[in-house]
Amino acid sequence: MTQLTQQILSGVATGAIYASLALALVMIHQATESVNFAQGEMAMFSTYIAWSLVQVGTPFWIAFVLTVVISFIGGVLIERIIVRPVENAPVLSHVIVFIGLLVIFSAVAGWIFTYTVKQFPSPFPTKPLLGGAVTGHDLGVIGVTFVMLILLFLFFRFTPLGLAMRAAAQNPESARLVGIRVGWMLAIGWGLAAAVGAVAGIMVAPILFLDPHMMSGVLLYAFAAALLGGISSPGGAVLGGLIVGVLENLVGTYLIASELKLTMALALIIIVLVVKPSGLFGAHAVKRV
Amino acid sequence: MTLNRRTLMIAASLTAAAFVAAPANAQKQYGPGASDKEIKIGNINPYSGPASAYGTIGKAIGAYFDKINDEGGINGRKIKYITLDDGYSPPKAVEQARRLVEAEQVLLLFQSLGTPSNTAIQAYMNEKKVPQLFVATGATKWNDPKNFPWTMGWQPNYQTEARIYAKHILQNVKDPKIAVLFQNDDYGKDYLDGLKEGLGAQASKLIVAMKSYETSDPTVDSQVVALMNSGANVFINITTPKFASQAIRKVHDLGWKPAHYLNNVSASVSTVLKPAGLEKATGIITSSYHMDPTDPQWQSGKAYQDWLAWMKKYYSAGDVASTFNVYGYSVAQTLVQVLKQCGDNLTRENVMRQAANLKNFQVPMLLPGISITTGPDDFAPIEQMRLQKFDGNIWVLFGEVLSPEGS
Repeated sequence: MTQLTQQILSGVATGAIYASLALALVMIHQATESVNFAQGEMAMFSTYIAWSLVQVGTPFWIAFVLTVVISFIGGVLIERIIVRPVENAPVLSHVIVFIGLLVIFSAVAGWIFTYTVKQFPSPFPTKPLLGGAVTGHDLGVIGVTFVMLILLFLFFRFTPLGLAMRAAAQNPESARLVGIRVGWMLAIGWGLAAAVGAVAGIMVAPILFLDPHMMSGVLLYAFAAALLGGISSPGGAVLGGLIVGVLENLVGTYLIASELKLTMALALIIIVLVVKPSGLFGAHAVKRV
Repeated sequence: MTLNRRTLMIAASLTAAAFVAAPANAQKQYGPGASDKEIKIGNINPYSGPASAYGTIGKAIGAYFDKINDEGGINGRKIKYITLDDGYSPPKAVEQARRLVEAEQVLLLFQSLGTPSNTAIQAYMNEKKVPQLFVATGATKWNDPKNFPWTMGWQPNYQTEARIYAKHILQNVKDPKIAVLFQNDDYGKDYLDGLKEGLGAQASKLIVAMKSYETSDPTVDSQVVALMNSGANVFINITTPKFASQAIRKVHDLGWKPAHYLNNVSASVSTVLKPAGLEKATGIITSSYHMDPTDPQWQSGKAYQDWLAWMKKYYSAGDVASTFNVYGYSVAQTLVQVLKQCGDNLTRENVMRQAANLKNFQVPMLLPGISITTGPDDFAPIEQMRLQKFDGNIWVLFGEVLSPEGS
């Protein structure tokens, strides 16, 4: 197999990692119209919960479901207790709160679970496939990401709750007038984003290995992915993730030195914001004044 | 010389001064931070921030001093250990160093961690003439007593280690084509320099591919794929633990079978090789100077048992699988030896003199055959290492004790 194919396949595998976290970013943005910088660290913390459950002998899939449920509740609580009081504060206050959460989750995880790198079990066969370019687990991650994507799509498009959440995020006043409990919609949005993040964390931990910094690097690429695909489009975010993953490998191998891989992701964020802020598939944000 | 009143007076006062000074010399001399009761020692560690994994070293050192204090201290003096957080940030390290030297008035600064932080405070410590002892970094530049007589390293430096690998490659690999993966910072480049120096004039011909990664990269898969495709038959893995695990796994998954040299930074069985998969790590070569607490071959020995008993009693929150706790324990033992040698002369000058006067000092958790020796022109305490190969279960030592001069 040529290096080109290997780099592309390996990029798709890494891209799936970005895509899964980008989905959580899209989720929180759909539900609250803001971008949560602590999303990666929350996902990391959820992964530690799953790890602890597995350590005490819980079967993998039960630990998986439990973690998703616990993360949902945790997300709701964070919204109710921490985000709610600053609801009407300027955007900058929100950013500060999110960064505060990021630091807190990272430090608390280190304090409770130590910084020693931990191995995380994979529910899929980890056998290398296609000449080692991807493993069975990588394919599993891609599969799970697509399942999440479909679920999110169906949720927002076809369920009354999904519709109510979109309404609450985009136009709180009108939503309130038609009887939607906007406050709770935001809380549920946080819960769902935390749950999606938990799935992402559990899926990527076997690849990246679990430590308190597991998601800090991924988050930037996930941002690039979400922005590229369009922060309001789950499908766009997944495709954006895959594009970023492949592009990063190809550019890092053939065009520029690999030390500029991260720079490429940041440049991508800036280019998208300048040229096409709604991303490849995002809807134009139209605000009535 | 004619005797007059003036010379007599001078002679008399000099004699008197000598008499006064002599007993004082034999008695006690104290620099800042030392007294009959205690010795104040400052430390800077990254308890927060990106390198907080190393924070356990600072805690382990404190726990070892607790043990020493419980046993009566050093020559009857208790150690007062003041450890501050710099978050691995050089400007913060400067602030904390000033606080320790000027406000806390410590006798010495011990084991400040990280190449960037130590670089930032080195000029200040030397200007203030305060010992910056046994810094926790493997950079090569700490062994420079002419320009920085108040700074001393402890562990073998990265260049020494890289030269050991270079030598082993030249002697054992036929027609070597070398691929290098390294972290893109001072640490990675220090290794690279040592490697090139060790390979000699043909270095640029022997090294067929080099790829770097940033600590913010999620994976190094792409770099490993590129290195394999260079056609190399030797892989030198200069990475920190998480990336080392990823690289080991990827090399194996790709079916690449190079002679694989892993830097000592990531030689831990439980935190690097096990996550990667022990079978995938089989055959890897590294060099080491201290015992790995997770390696079964040491666990029945006295050195390990003593260490474990100390961990359980004084640092029960610490991870018994972490080599950092072996490191903290061993380096603290070295400082205790220096302070013992100082006796009742606890001035900053004498601390440096004694630190540069360690002769074949044995530290229990160092590998058999390795000891600490320093001198006025030799500010590199540990210079010996041993090569070892992973057999799928433990690191198996082979060859003799290697040092830069001897080998």
